[in-house]
This record gives sequence, C-alpha cells and structure tokens, in this order.
Amino acid sequence: MSDFEPKIIAFCCQYCAYNAADTAGSMRLQYTPNVEIVLIPCSGRFDVILALKALESGADGVYVAGCLEGGCHFLDGNIRARKRVVYLQNELKKIGLEPERLAMVNVSASQGPQFAAYVDEFAGVVKGLGPSPIKKHLAA
Amino acid sequence: MANNTTKSGAVMVIGGGIAGIQSALDLAEMGFYVYMVEKGPAIGGRMAQLDKTFPTNDCSICMISPKLNDVGGHINIEILTLTDVLSVKGSEGDFSVKLRKNPRYIDMSKCIACGECANKCPKKVSNYFNEGVDTRKAIYVEYAQAVPLKFSINAEECIYLTKGKCGNCKKVCPADAVNYEDKAEEVTLRVGSVVVASGFDVFDPSVADTYRYSQWPNVITSMEYERILSASGPFQGHLVRPSDHKEPKKIAWLQCVGSRDINRCDKRYCSAVCCMYAIKEAVISKEHASDLEAAVFYMDIRTYGKDFEKYYNRAQDAGVRFVRSRIHTLTPAPNGDIILEYIDDAGERQSEVFELVVLSVGMTPRTNLPELAANLDIDLNEDGFIQTQPLTPINSTRTGVFACGAVNEPKDIPSTVMEASAAAEAAGRVIAEAKGTLTKSRTYPPERDIKDEPPRIGVFICHCGINIASVINIEEVVNYCKDLPFVEHCTNTLFACSADSLNKIKEAITEHKLNRLVVASCTPRTHEPMFREALAQAGLNKYLFEMANIRDQDSWVHQKEPVKATQKAKALVRGAVAKAALLEQMYQTKMGLTKEALVVGAGAAGLNSALSIAQLGYPVHLLEKTDVLGGNGPKIFSREKDVRGYVAKLIKDVENHPLIKIYKNTVPKSSHGFVGNFETKCLGPNGEFTISHGVTVLCAGGHAHKPASYLYGENPNVLLSLDMDELLATNDPIIKKPNQTFAFIQCVESREPDRPYCSKICCTHSIESALTILDRNPEAIIYILCRDVRTYGFREKLYQEARSRGVRFIKYCVDCGKPEVVAGANGKLNITIKDHILNRPILIEADYLTLATGIDPNPMREEIVEVFKGQLSAEGFLFEAHMKLRPVDLATDGQYLAGLAHYPKPLEETIVQAKASAARVATILSKDHIMVGGVIAVVNPEKCAVCCTCVRACPVQVPKIVRNEVDPALRGHAFMEPAMCHGCGVCVSECPGKAIKFQFFTDEQLLAKVEAMVQEKKAKPA
Repeated sequence: MSDFEPKIIAFCCQYCAYNAADTAGSMRLQYTPNVEIVLIPCSGRFDVILALKALESGADGVYVAGCLEGGCHFLDGNIRARKRVVYLQNELKKIGLEPERLAMVNVSASQGPQFAAYVDEFAGVVKGLGPSPIKKHLAA
Repeated sequence: MANNTTKSGAVMVIGGGIAGIQSALDLAEMGFYVYMVEKGPAIGGRMAQLDKTFPTNDCSICMISPKLNDVGGHINIEILTLTDVLSVKGSEGDFSVKLRKNPRYIDMSKCIACGECANKCPKKVSNYFNEGVDTRKAIYVEYAQAVPLKFSINAEECIYLTKGKCGNCKKVCPADAVNYEDKAEEVTLRVGSVVVASGFDVFDPSVADTYRYSQWPNVITSMEYERILSASGPFQGHLVRPSDHKEPKKIAWLQCVGSRDINRCDKRYCSAVCCMYAIKEAVISKEHASDLEAAVFYMDIRTYGKDFEKYYNRAQDAGVRFVRSRIHTLTPAPNGDIILEYIDDAGERQSEVFELVVLSVGMTPRTNLPELAANLDIDLNEDGFIQTQPLTPINSTRTGVFACGAVNEPKDIPSTVMEASAAAEAAGRVIAEAKGTLTKSRTYPPERDIKDEPPRIGVFICHCGINIASVINIEEVVNYCKDLPFVEHCTNTLFACSADSLNKIKEAITEHKLNRLVVASCTPRTHEPMFREALAQAGLNKYLFEMANIRDQDSWVHQKEPVKATQKAKALVRGAVAKAALLEQMYQTKMGLTKEALVVGAGAAGLNSALSIAQLGYPVHLLEKTDVLGGNGPKIFSREKDVRGYVAKLIKDVENHPLIKIYKNTVPKSSHGFVGNFETKCLGPNGEFTISHGVTVLCAGGHAHKPASYLYGENPNVLLSLDMDELLATNDPIIKKPNQTFAFIQCVESREPDRPYCSKICCTHSIESALTILDRNPEAIIYILCRDVRTYGFREKLYQEARSRGVRFIKYCVDCGKPEVVAGANGKLNITIKDHILNRPILIEADYLTLATGIDPNPMREEIVEVFKGQLSAEGFLFEAHMKLRPVDLATDGQYLAGLAHYPKPLEETIVQAKASAARVATILSKDHIMVGGVIAVVNPEKCAVCCTCVRACPVQVPKIVRNEVDPALRGHAFMEPAMCHGCGVCVSECPGKAIKFQFFTDEQLLAKVEAMVQEKKAKPA
C-alpha cells in the first residue's frame, strides 16, 4: 500500500489555476508527480462526464481548480463548477466510490505555493484511500 | 488624414535588447513602420545573456525568445544588424538618418545556420557573449536562439580577412553563403521619430585593483556568473568555477562594485538591480547544490520593487547569508580559494575563505554612447547616461528623439519595458497623423484543407536547454511517442522556440504531410501563439496545434524525480496527441471595435494615460470617484521637481482636451464585453449610465498608510510624510525656527509581516525633505532612522548629499529593536534607538517626527477587480499579466494598468507607466477590426431542445433563441453570436442535451485526452 502511486487528473482553468501551476513551476516548488494537469478555459467548462471518464479509465482521483470565488474571469464559472463537483461527489457515494476522490480548490494565478500545497494534500488523501476500485475491475 | 501629412510614418529604434524590442513591437502594432538598428550581429541584448530573472526565477531566454521571433517575423519591423548610426539630420516628423551597414561576410539569404563553417574555422577567440569565460570561432552566431539566426565573421579575428590565408569556411559552406568581398554600405532612411534603446555596459572591475579581478580566475563578475549558470553557457549549466572546474561549495557576492563608489571609480549612482540579481544568483546556486554556502556582502539591501522584499525574505529562509560590510581586502589562499577580510556589524574583524567570489558589477554607459549621442545631437548627463528630466523621463534633449531603458539610468527589466512602451507612445504621438502610411500587411500561404485527411501528427519534444532535459529523459519520451496513434513524425529539439526550430517544424509539416502538430515544451500561455503562427505560415490552420507542458508543470516541479517526471511527460504527450487527433480547422471572423478608451481614476497616472491616449487621437472617458482631479499629486512636495505645478498643468491639459470626457463623482458598477467592445455601467451624480469602450486602463491609485504607532494621531508633532510636504510647500515658518531637531522614521509598519513589501519611494522622499529643511535652515539637526537606505539609481546622489551635509542616518533592525517614541516633559519627542555602531541606546530629543509609512493599495480595490475581473496580489495591488515583460497589461486582453494601483512608485515612474499604457491601448485602437471567434461555443440546432439552460447559464447573456433559418416551420434554437462569446464553456457543460460544442475544447477532444492520459499507450491502428 505504501508504494501505491495514485494517478490524479487535475482540470485547471486557464486564467488562474493553470497559471498558478506555472507560477509554482517558475518558483521551482516541488510537488507530487502523481498529478497531471488538463487545461480548460474556465472551471465552468468542467463537466461531470470529464471526471467520470477519468475515473472510468482508472484514475484514482480527480481535481478541479478554478479562480478564487469572486475572481472568476467569467463571473461564476467556478461557482457552477463547484456545484457540479458537489453533485458528483454525492453520485459517487451512490455507486460505492469514495466522494473524497473528487475535490475542488480555488487559487489565484499568483498562488503557486498554495497550488503546490493543495495538490500534495489532495494526493495524500487519495493515497490514503488506496487504488480506485474501478482500476481493479479494469485489471480483471 | 493619413494622406496629407508631410511627416514620415516610420520610426528608428536604436538597440535590439528588450527595450528596443518592446518599443518596436508596440510601434509596429500602433501602425508605424519600424527600423530596428542593432550594432551587433543579432538582437536580444542583455536579456539573452541572463540565466534566470528575479523575482519569478523565470528563464530569461525562454521569456525573450518569443519576443525575438515576434520582432524577426513582424512584417512592419525591419532589423538592420551590424549597423551604426552616423548622423540624424532634419527635425521631428522628418528626420534623415544616415547609417553604415557593416559587412557580415555572410549572405543572409543563403546561410542555413548549419554551423559547418564554425566547425572548420581554425581561429579561436574569446567569446564575448559568454563574457570571455570560453572561446568561440571567428565565424559564429552569438547564441542558439539568435534572431536573425545567421552566421557572421568578425573581420579583425578572421585569418583570411587579416592575412589572406585559410578560407576554410568558404570551402565547407554547403550554401555558398560566405562572401569575403562583402563591404560596408551607407544607407539613408527617412523617419519621423527616433527611440534610443542602446542599453548599458557592465562595469569592468579590473580598474579597481582591490578586487584582483584581472589576476585571479576565481574572482568573476556577476555577468560571467550568469553565463556559468546558463544551460547554454560555457559549462552547460554546471556550476563550476573557472580555475579548476571544481564545484564551489562556498561563494561570496560583493555588492556595489562599480556602483555607489566615488573612491575607486567614478560611479556614484546605485545600479538599481545588483541586490536583486545577487540574491537571485545565490538562490539559484543553492538550487544547483543545496549544501552550498552563499553569502552576500552589502551596504544596503535594495529590494524595493514588486515582490522583491518577499524574494529577499525567502532567500534568507533558504539559508543565504547577508553580511552588512563592504569588503576592503581580498587575499589569496591555496588552491585558488580567496580569503575575505571584513568588519562585521558588531565591529569585529573577520576572515573567511571562499571558493568563488562574484563581483556584483554595476551598469555603466556604453563606451560608444558619447559617439552615438554626438551623432544624434543629444546631451548626456554628468554620469554619462542620456540626459532626461524627472517629469519628462523619456525625452532626450532633442525634440523627436526619445530614450528608454538603461541608456537613461540603471534599471530592471519591468521598468525598462514600461519605458520602452512609453517611448513608443511618445515616438508615435509626434507622428500620429502619419499612422498607417508606411505599414504593410501580411499574407499567408493558402490554407490546406485537411478535413478529409486522416490525422498525421508531428510531435516535437523540447529539451529547453537543460530545463527539461536535465530531469526528463527526452530520448525515451521521443521513442515512446513515435508509436502513439496517428504520430507520423516525432523528434527532439534543443529549443523549440528558436527561429531555427520553427523553420524545422514548418519543413516537417511539408515533408511529412503533417496535419496536426504537438509541441511538448513549456506553457501554452506564453508560447502557443508563436507555434500557431508557424502553422499558419506552413499553410495549416493555426488551431491544429496542441501543447504539452512538460517544463513548468513537470521538469521544474519534479526536479528530484526524473523517472516519474519522464513517465508524467509521456502521459502529458499522450493526452496532447489524443486531443490533437480530433482537432478541427476553425476560423476567426473580423469584428469592428469601439475606438474609445475608459480610464478609471484621475490621479497622475489616469490623467497622463488619458492625455496620451487622446493625443494619439482616440476619445477617452475618464472616471474619477471624487470631485477633484489629481489624486495624491497636489499633496506632494519635491525639492527636485515642481510636482504641484506639474499636476495643475496636467489637469488643465486634460480638461481642455476635446477628446477627453471627464466624469467626476462617478464609479464603475459593472463591466462586460471583451477587447474592442466593452460596456461599463457607471454610477454618477445623475444616476446610472453606460459607456462603450474598446479598452480599459485601471489607474485606481493608492494612498499613504496611516499608522497606529509612534504616537501618530496622539501628538501633533508626529507627522506623516505628506504632512511634512505640506509644511515645506507652504514654506511654514516652523521649518526655519532656530535650534530645531527633525527626526524621520523609515519603514513605519512596512517591511514587516503584516505589510511585507517595500514602498520604494519613502527613503528618497524623506531625504528630499531633509535636504529641503537644510536648504532653508542650515543649522537644523536631522536624524533619519532607517533600515536599508533604498535610494536606487540616481537617487543615491541625494543620499550622498544628505550625508555630506550632516544628516545623521541611524540604522535600526526590527529584530533588535525598533525606535521607541514617548512625549517628553519639555514638549519634545523622546526617541530612543539602539545605535548600530555604538551598540547602545541613544536618546534623540526631536521637535518634529515624520513617519515614512509607505503606500497602501486603494481601499476600493476589491470592488474594482470584481467589476473588471482583475486579480490582486497578496498585498492588494493589481496583478499584471506578466511581472517581467507585461508590466502594463492585465490578464484580460484590452485591459491595462498604471501607477500606484500596480505597485508603489515615484511620480516619474507613474508617468512612464501611464504613457506606456497609452501605447498599449493604441496597439488595439489603431486597428480597424479585431479578429474574434475561434475558441467559442457553437449550437447544433438539431440537438437543441430550446430549454434555455444556456441562456440562464451564460455569464454575459450571449445566447438567444432564434428562428430556424433552414426551415422556419421547424422549432427555433439557441444561438451564440461568435463575436460576443467569451469562450468560457459554461453553457457547454450545463446543456442537458449536449447540443453545444465548445471549439478546441470539445467533449470528444477532452474525453480522448483524459482517457489517453490515464490509460497506458494504445496500439497504433494498423
């Protein structure tokens, strides 16, 4: 269990979260390589089916990162994204998957250190949950 | 109006460094033709030589490389390399410039930069690009990303050209590009204005024999150190010292070499950048080797810019040692080590051995600047830089000739970029009526329609020098990607962004009939436009391109985990390839724009911005929340310049300008739209109204911090800096009273955890006040209680004057005790402070105490960023698009910023930034249309159930329900005007019927990407 390396897909909005990830890079902040970022124009573009596809393909966790609340470039895309995240967390429960495998965070473009810390924290949570049960099915 | 002017619509920009580059790009986008005159064989200047840049540690060449290519590829910029300016005759609007184009001995149209010539050239010479640390050949290119990427021969070094023998390069050149008969050629150009951006030299420390620079190999300059750190430098980025190529474990930086020094050299000014670059070099060195000991020996640490103080604090946390001492003696130790002897803060003599000593050399005027100035007929100041005035900081002494960057005064990159845009504003404004008379427009080859072709993907994996390749196994990734579905061509490249690599990408598109392209390198935020342009030039639709960010989000953040980073790179490329296979051709449409600007805030920044925009010919709406114009300006007193008179005249000019409409007592309430077409609802004295505008400039300002310490508000003799200004401006008699003691406390509630930033202006401000008091009352006793004195640039002269005239500077540190102030029985203020030299407390009995409290951001900042969708830094200042190269732009296209809203700064820098904002505005408003669409939402009418979810979800009310045009008998459907869609994708994710497609981020594309990233490789279809 201890050498389990989770696979996490992070959906990051281009104005804040993706930029924050780049900021973390330019500051050379070291964080877990278990997280791979997918650029989306706004966290409002995050769609339930994207998370489901990731989980269905064998991802152990899905992360959504948008602008700070009130700072969304498109007004409330991040608020809408959060609603979908909460909705899907409930649905995951129903199908027997830990809702903690999905999470959302808000960061501004300058918050590279916070981004790195959030990502590490989430990866720790997912690591604690162990491999996604879906993966076992895939392997079978 | 363009047709009946006698003025030329062209500008000459002298210098191809970052200053010249920014000026040239702005001018070209403003509608002027630009001749960029560069003395050397390639543009790029000092930034091309730097390793990383403070305070973001961004790779310098990575930042400037796209700009080099923008200039090199710009249809309205003509680069003239190896060219000298001989004379400039005529006057503003109609200059006749005589130039000498020196021979390159290489036919630029033939050279393919293959490097065969340099391989075979027998003549090794000192490599000045690497600051002489290694050698190059007599035939050479300066650096890998050089623009133009063409070889050249230095005639004085070439054996054939000096002795008539050899000729190797000509023999081996496969392109027959070598021409020994090349001759210098004189050309004459007509231009309307001139921008001088010829940069600086680094101080040569061999004149100061104390440092033993020319004798000992392990005493090097900071510029040499930059090259040593650089991946493309003499040691490929391995941190070794010159004498024995050993990795140094202990390095010292000596500050103020060739700066703040009237003993050993005649450089009394502060070079403004050395503290920050020394800290940066120390931090980066510790990244190279974590057990490395780094010590910086300094007089004052001058980390006064945006995020600089935090950077300094981080360096201390990372273990960089800072010692306040000016080193007087260096002695040799065995094995090439160096002993530094110094006196520490406690007055003790210390002796310490270092393995490498880096001299933080200052900026000096270029050796050829006197000759250039004579040819331009402009004056230099007493320090040898171009003469300008504080309130006209980019005007030379000749009308129509402007100057920007370090040619005026030592300064950092963001300040240089601001000045460069300001110079573009000035150079464009004086020939505004000739705009567009000499510009050309670009044509692309016809686009190949790939709709019916199966995907053929090309993949380029970038080393980024060692930025990526030192962590990620590039060869492994390349081999892996060759087998991914639809990949026809996969290769590695040292720098994907170099002109040479871009050409190879274009060639590969043709050669392998590629119809999609993937580049795995850095971030699409900075580099996607450049690669898209390459696609367009190769006849492919520019949207058939996808990037994988394997540097900023991989190699840089997993430096210690090469295996996992390599696995991650494979996954990222896998995802990019999967998405690329599904990319479609997309088209933008032309859209009109409102050629008017909205300027928010009417302080010195807003007034200057509005006036400059209006003078460039565009109407301006100027909002001011109070009923007076001028902001902080009318409260400021300066000994050096008539600020109040200046602001009064500025207000008058703005009020009298026919193109400026002023709205007092008015605030913005909400804003929507996009570049070219914004609509802002405002609330004024007569209620709400809406302004349509194409661009926005936020100049919401800041104000003096009100402290809760040192008896402020309790004792009437405790003042703020602006209160003291008022006493000085009104010539108050208390200043001249006999036997008066005036004290100043610096950094009041500044540079402390709650307000960690330095406000940049306060040291200079207090010193100016002190000198003014002394001018009027020479007997007055003045104390300035300070931490570091941050009189950067020429402001250092004021500090020197203050010291020579007896102003007493007492340094305190926060940890060992701030000053204490109590009201004395005699009506005086009793200030106790521990003197750092006596090492014991002393008592000052002051009549007046002035508190330098620094600047707070605008209290309405939260509302402002909410209305305009901006971002705030942790300190509450507006967050610009890029700290180094876009200091005037906000993240949203068409939005700009200037003045204190950006960061505390002195008036002259506010003026510069405001004028710069006008140039940036003009790059948009000069156009007759903007291109819109592309990455937008499109409704499929057949799937639309007219449920109106998208209508409710859209943040900008774009969707409408329209009739079915194909068959009006059928039900209608939702429709998004392509020009209005902002491209957020919210409607796409909300639509329950999945009837909306988000171009470039379609469900199919994103699902394929996610699946490919999560799952291991799929086999290539047979």
